[in-house]
Amino acid sequence: MSDVSTVDDPDIPQHRDAEDSNVADWGEQVFRSLPGLGIRHVATVPDAGLGRFLELCDADPAIRLITLTTEEEGIALACGTWLGGELAAVAMQSSGVGNVVNMLGLPNVCRIPCLLLVSMRGEAEERNPWQVPVGRAVPDLLAALGVEVFRPESASGVAPAFVEAAAQARQAGCPAAVLVSQRIIGAKSFTSED
Amino acid sequence: MRDAGLDRRAGLDRRALVAGILDRRGDAAVVAGLGSPAWDCHAAGDSPLNFYFWGAMGGAAMLGLGVALAQPARRVLVVTGDAEMLMGVGSLATIAAQAPSNLALLVLDNEAFGETGRQAGLTRRSTDIAAIARGAGIDAAFTVGGEVGEGAGGTDVDALAGTLFEKEGPVLCVAKIALSAESGSYPPRDGVLLQARFRAALAGD
Repeated sequence: MSDVSTVDDPDIPQHRDAEDSNVADWGEQVFRSLPGLGIRHVATVPDAGLGRFLELCDADPAIRLITLTTEEEGIALACGTWLGGELAAVAMQSSGVGNVVNMLGLPNVCRIPCLLLVSMRGEAEERNPWQVPVGRAVPDLLAALGVEVFRPESASGVAPAFVEAAAQARQAGCPAAVLVSQRIIGAKSFTSED
Repeated sequence: MRDAGLDRRAGLDRRALVAGILDRRGDAAVVAGLGSPAWDCHAAGDSPLNFYFWGAMGGAAMLGLGVALAQPARRVLVVTGDAEMLMGVGSLATIAAQAPSNLALLVLDNEAFGETGRQAGLTRRSTDIAAIARGAGIDAAFTVGGEVGEGAGGTDVDALAGTLFEKEGPVLCVAKIALSAESGSYPPRDGVLLQARFRAALAGD
């Protein structure tokens, strides 16, 4: 687990303090890192916390955004794209990590790199108790299943962590996940406008 | 759960069917779902362009989609069983939405969990995988071998192979096969070996 503050990609803003960073920017920064990582396929069960990232992917003709019925499909899909020569990213809410457990055996036993971007729920200030059990288990679940876990501590650290996770996945031949904390995303409020 | 009547159900000869289809594969990539479909593909002739599952049930169709999207010029055929397809049944909606023209799926449907003791499967009762696929948006989804008493000779394997390898995808064929006890024909079970040779054959590194 690590918070990465520097990467070589000049497209990614560096050394920005969480205080002066618009929290929505991390999604754009992760999006902007995709071409440098050779990622053209992004699979997802959408989440509000991933909204900006997904919106940018959807609008970019160079990126194929693949909507899934369940997150485990994304793991198998990412293994397939890699076998076909390309790294893919799978973006999901933390509850989706509970859905991918058995499918993670595939990249594990075959040593296939795949990249997970996880928007966390069930952490501080969570207002929906149903999000808590799996949200709480996510880091342990992923670690137990051989997934390298990266937990950036600020919005500005998300894209660098994503780039490092991709490098780690490629080098080690394993799945890697970046967990974007609820503190970075902001808790869902459940007002009438939600 | 075991139903002795299952053993007598008419259906296509799975080994002859798969061998007849794969004989016409050319340079297509083949993704085989776990259990007997993998043994069928291996029995038809091992190839670096075959990727066999030994686990991760429910993932074959989506892995096939991933290969098809990354390699749009390559034909990809997923060969899997009825229960494996149903475990990943949502994949049919995902595949329909992506509409990969180079992807075909062959679902070997013996209406039973053949690998675990022949317990009755859901397709034995009311579930029609081709109809689900059409409902998901895969228009070219159909069933062969469903007629009572129809044997392997009752299906034109050449025509079926042509459809699976040449028709604009996505294509899904459910083949109603006999519940038979074939001998094991086991591919390597080392996942790293399987992925490395498959990726090298597909992507060249």
